[in-house]
Amino acid sequence: MSDSDMNLKQPILEVKDLKQHFPIESGLLLKKQVGAVRAVDGISFDLLPGETLGIVGESGCGKSTTVRAISQLYTPTSGSVILNGLDLINASKKETLEARKDMQMIFQDPYASLDPRMTVRTIIAEPLEIYKRRGMLDTQMSRNDIENRVEELMERVGLNRAFKNRYPHEFSGGQRQRIGIARALALNPKIILADEPVSALDVSIQSQILNLLHELQQELGLTYIFIAHDLAVIEYISTRVAVMYLGKIMELSRAADPYKNPLHPYTKALLSAAPIPDPVIERKRQRIILTGDVPSPNVERHGCYFYDRCPSRMAKCKENIPQMKRVDEHHEVACFLYE
Amino acid sequence: MKKNTNKGSAPLLDVRNLQTYFKTDEGIVKAVDGISFTLGEGETLGIVGESGSGKSVTNLSIMRLIQSPPGKIVGGQILFEGKDILTLSEKELRHVRGNEISMIFQDPMTSLNPFLRISTQMIETILLHQKMTKKEALKKSIDMLKLVGIPAAEERVHNYPHQFSGGMRQRVMIGMALSCEAKVLIADEPTTALDVTIQAQILELINELAKKLNTAVILITHDLGVVAGMCDTVCVMYAGKIVEKAKTEDLYASPSHPYTFGLIQSVPRLDKAQDGKLYSIEGQPPNVIDLPECCPFHPRCNKKMDICTYKYPPVKKVGENHEVACWLYADEKEKSST
Ligand SMILES: Nc1ncnc2c1ncn2[C@@H]1O[C@H](COP(=O)(O)OP(=O)(O)OP(=O)(O)O)[C@@H](O)[C@H]1O
Ligand SMILES: Nc1ncnc2c1ncn2[C@@H]1O[C@H](COP(=O)(O)OP(=O)(O)OP(=O)(O)O)[C@@H](O)[C@H]1O
Ligand SMILES: [Mg+2]
Ligand SMILES: [Mg+2]
Repeated sequence: MSDSDMNLKQPILEVKDLKQHFPIESGLLLKKQVGAVRAVDGISFDLLPGETLGIVGESGCGKSTTVRAISQLYTPTSGSVILNGLDLINASKKETLEARKDMQMIFQDPYASLDPRMTVRTIIAEPLEIYKRRGMLDTQMSRNDIENRVEELMERVGLNRAFKNRYPHEFSGGQRQRIGIARALALNPKIILADEPVSALDVSIQSQILNLLHELQQELGLTYIFIAHDLAVIEYISTRVAVMYLGKIMELSRAADPYKNPLHPYTKALLSAAPIPDPVIERKRQRIILTGDVPSPNVERHGCYFYDRCPSRMAKCKENIPQMKRVDEHHEVACFLYE
Repeated sequence: MKKNTNKGSAPLLDVRNLQTYFKTDEGIVKAVDGISFTLGEGETLGIVGESGSGKSVTNLSIMRLIQSPPGKIVGGQILFEGKDILTLSEKELRHVRGNEISMIFQDPMTSLNPFLRISTQMIETILLHQKMTKKEALKKSIDMLKLVGIPAAEERVHNYPHQFSGGMRQRVMIGMALSCEAKVLIADEPTTALDVTIQAQILELINELAKKLNTAVILITHDLGVVAGMCDTVCVMYAGKIVEKAKTEDLYASPSHPYTFGLIQSVPRLDKAQDGKLYSIEGQPPNVIDLPECCPFHPRCNKKMDICTYKYPPVKKVGENHEVACWLYADEKEKSST
C-alpha cells in the first residue's frame, strides 16, 4: 500500500494512553496491594486498515500485555481502545463481544495454546460455535456449513482436510501454528493480533508461516499487530514498527527506519545487538553492548525509562519523562536528544 | 573475532563416525547417525540445525551423559587429545568432565538447583575439580561472578537462582563452566532463551574469555546470525547427520547442500530490503525413527534426483575444508555403484 492512500484512511484501531498495571499483593489472609507491575505504562498509536504494526522489544517489556489489553482479555487500568469508532473499555458486554469478532489472536506457543483434548475440527470450529450459540453470527450456519467452513479454513492455511479428526500432538510445531491461524480466521476478523507467532518455530518453518500470514493479509485485507523480538522478522512483515521498553513505546516509525535511521538510543542498541547472518558483515560490526539487565517494571519512574542503561543519558533524563515527539511525518521518538 | 588457530597438528577433539541411538516404543531413534568432525585448540565450531536434528545428543555423547537406557552410543570414537572418551573409566571421565571439557546446558533455569544458593553451587563445582579450601573457592566464585559482569558479586553470590534474571543465571552458568579452565567449552544454545541485548553481552563474554584462556568452543545454536559472528567453522546437521561442514565464510558465501542454501535464504535479513515472499523450504523435518537409507532431506529438496530416495550420498569435498553430503556432487561412478 502506498503512503498516500494510507493517509486517506480512518484508523481501524486507536489506542490512547493505554495503561495495564497488575497489582502486587502481600499478606496471606488480608491481601493488601503493596505495589504494581507497570506492564504497559501509557502507550498510544493508531492502526490503519491493511497495515501491519510490528511491536518489538525485550522480554517483559509489555508486548503481550499490550495486545491482551487491546483485545480485552484484561480490563485496562486506564486509557482507551477504540475499534471502528467504538470505545471498547466503556462498551457494554454485548458490544464488546460483537466487536471482538473483528479482532482475533494468534499465540506464540503452538504447543500450549491448543487444547490437547480437542480435535483440530473442534478447535477451529470453536469460535463459530460460541458465536452461533449466542446468535451472534453474521449469517446463520448449519452444522454442515460449519463443517465446510472448517475444511475451507484448513485448506487455506495449508493443512490437509483429512487431518480434521486428529489431535494437536499429532502435528509438528509449524502445523500447530497453522491450526491456530485457521481458528483465528474462522470468524472473518478484520484485525489479527499475532503474539510471537513464529518465535517457537525452526528457521525453515518460520518462513513458511511468515509467507502464509503475508498471503492471507493480501487476500483478505487483514490488519495485523505483529509481535516479535526478532527485528529482522518485524522489519520483513511490518509496515510500521513500535519499539517498546519497560511498558513504553520508545520509537514509532516506518518499517525500514529502525534499520536505516534509528533515533532512540535503545533502538540503536537493539539493532546493533541483532546478529546478521553474514560473516563478512557480522565481523566488521561495532556493537553497542548495553550493560545490565532490563530493570523491574514494578517501580514508578519519574525519568526516562531507559535511563539506567542508556549510553547517551543526560542530566535532565533522570528527572523528566520524554514524550513522544514527531521528528518527521512518519517517525516519532520519545527521547530528549531530539527535543 | 577469533582466527582459526587449527595448525594442522592433531586436533584437540576428534569425533569419528559417532552414532547414538535411542530405543523407544515406536522404534529406534537414530538421533546421531555417523557424524565426524574435529575441533582444534582455541577454535570455535558452530553446530546448527533444526530442532531434533541431534545437536544436543552429539554433545551429550561427547560428555558421555547419554542416559542409558534408552540411549546408547552404538558406534564411533571420540578422541580427546588422542584418547578415546568412549573407553574411559568413570573416574577418568569425571576428570575430563569439568577439568578438560565443560558444558553450558540448553536450559539455564533447570541447570541450577533452585534450592541452593549460587555460592553453594559454585563452591561445590570448583571443589570437585580443584584442590583448595572452601574460603578460597568462595573467593574464586566471587571473582568469576565479577568476571561475567554480575554487579555487587560479594553479596549476590549468596542469592538463590530465582533472585537472578535469566541473563544473570546464564552468566552464572558460563562463569561456572569457565571456572574450571577447561580446554573445551560446549555451549548448548547458551543464548536462545535470552533477549538480543543480553545475548550480545553473553556472546561477547564467551568470545572474550575463550580468547583469553585459549578455550576451544563448540557452540550449538539454530541462529545463523550468531554463527556468522562467533564461529570459525560450522557443521550443519539434519536428521542426525552432518550434511555440510565448512569455514564460516565459505558456508555463507557458497552454501552447497540444498538444505543449507534454503536455511540461509529463508531468514529475513535486517540489512537487506525484502519484499514479497520469503524463500522457504517446504514440508517438515523427518521423523528420525526407522529412517530408511535415503537422503533424509529428499522429500523437501528442490534438487532431488531418483537416487536420493533410496541411498545416502557420500561425503564430497567441494573446497578446502568444505564438505557436503549430497548426490549433486557425487561422480557418476559413485552413483552407479548400486
Ligand atoms: N497477569 C499478570 N500479572 C502480573 N504481572 C504480569 C502479568 N502478565 C504480565 N505481567 C508482567 O508484566 C510485564 C510485561 O509482561 P509481558 O508478558 O507483556 O511481556 P512481553 O513483552 O510479552 O515479554 P516476552 O517477550 O517475554 O513475551 C512483565 O514484567 C510480566 O512479568
Ligand atoms: N531420551 C531420549 N529418548 C528418546 N529420544 C530422544 C531422547 N533424547 C533425544 N531424543 C531424540 O533424539 C533426537 C535428537 O535430539 P536432540 O536433543 O539432540 O535435538 P537438538 O538438535 O538438540 O534439538 P533442539 O534444537 O530442539 O534442542 C530427537 O529426535 C529426540 O527426540
Ligand atoms: Mg510475550
Ligand atoms: Mg538441543
